[in-house]
Order: sequence, then C-alpha cells, then structure tokens
Amino acid sequence: MSVLAFVVTTDPLDLSTIMVHVENQLKEAPASAGAVASFIGTVRNENQGHQVDHLEYEAYEPLAVKAFQRIADESAQLWPDTYLAIHHRIGHLNVGEVSVAIAAASPHRANAFSSCRYAIERVKQIAPVWKHEYFEGGDVWIEGATASPDDEEARQTAIRLACV
Amino acid sequence: MRITVLLFARLRDIAGTAKLERNLPNGSTTRSLWNTLVQDFPDFDSYSEAISTAINEEYARMDSELSDGDEVAFLPPVSGG
Repeated sequence: MSVLAFVVTTDPLDLSTIMVHVENQLKEAPASAGAVASFIGTVRNENQGHQVDHLEYEAYEPLAVKAFQRIADESAQLWPDTYLAIHHRIGHLNVGEVSVAIAAASPHRANAFSSCRYAIERVKQIAPVWKHEYFEGGDVWIEGATASPDDEEARQTAIRLACV
Repeated sequence: MRITVLLFARLRDIAGTAKLERNLPNGSTTRSLWNTLVQDFPDFDSYSEAISTAINEEYARMDSELSDGDEVAFLPPVSGG
C-alpha cells in the first residue's frame, strides 16, 4: 500500500509507516539513506491551568495538505537533500493520543533533525488546523498564530529554531 | 457576483454555520467581504486584525480581488500541532 507524504485524517497516526516512506524516497534519490529523524505531538493533560479532558481537532483539509507540501518545499530549499512526511490527525483525541507525526530523511543527521524541527514549527505557524479544548467545566478554542505563509519574520524564527 | 464563504473553528460557532453565500458588487476584495460579515456577526470584529484567508483552496491576502463563483475561507488564528 502506498503511503502519502501529506495527510489529514481522523484515523490514528502511525509513525513507523511514514518513517519508512521518507527513507524510501531518499533511497530513490541519488543520495542513499543516512538518517531519519521523527517527531510526534501528543495531547497534553494540562493546558493553561486547565485539566484537559479531550481535544477536538478541525482542519481546512485541502489547504492543510497544501500547507504541508509547501513546508516540505521550503525545507527542500533550505536542506536540499531532505525528504519530509507530515500527517495530522483531526476529530476527537483523548489525552496522550498522537495529533501530529513528522518524519524527515536525509543523508546526514544534522539536516534530518533541522528539517523535522522546521516542519513542526511551520505547521504551528501556518497550517489551517484548530484545536477545541474540552476541560472540566468548559471548553475553549485555542488560537495561536495568524496563518500567514508569506510572513518572512515567522519563517526566519522557524529556521532559527531548526538550527539550534 | 456570487461568493461562497467557508468558516472554521470559533468563527463557525459564532455564525452558526460552516458555509454561507454572499452577493457582492464587482471589484470586491476579501476585506470588503469580511466587513459585510462583521456587520452580520459583530463578534467577528475581534478577529479583524488577526484573520487570514484563502481563495479557492489557496492562501490569499485580505486585499485580493474576488471573482464570481470564488470560494473564500476565513481562517482564525491557527493552533495545529
């Protein structure tokens, strides 16, 4: 079964399949595989003093998939030999469940780590995804960054964090 | 011209719908469309400085000019990850 690199889904995420996917992409490239870095984000049990019960994630799916592709293109400009896969889950997620999974393959570990970190920072900055937090006694939409992909200052922040 | 509007997250909750239609004069922009929505849903106004937008499933600017049949999404500040 073929795995897509950029996905929004209500199904549970599987990190190992996307790690294999980016590793295979790298094998098809002139460079052979050297390193695969990965990241998963999980639902925290506490946020801003609230005891979180569960989250409801929502996305503008077609634009979110394009945002993930855009992030991978940006990453490939910065680290030409890296390959990214980004999967985001939506719908009802309980505490501890995986909301986002990212894998980055590169011939060199430094670039794999940088690409992976850059990807999660950019997802948080521009992907049209929202979390609705349900806690004891109420619920609230979490609102973070204004989604502005051409905001160069935000992009430079992501690059800086990726290269720490 | 006929424009379809998509609303997400708290904007959808405020409006009570994820999708609505608007008739606008030619030459309207995403910003002028937004301003008509603020008139209908005054609580939208707190988003006027932080809103971003997409036209036909591509990121766009608030000063983008609209065409008949466009589908315009308004994106409140995002919180993915």
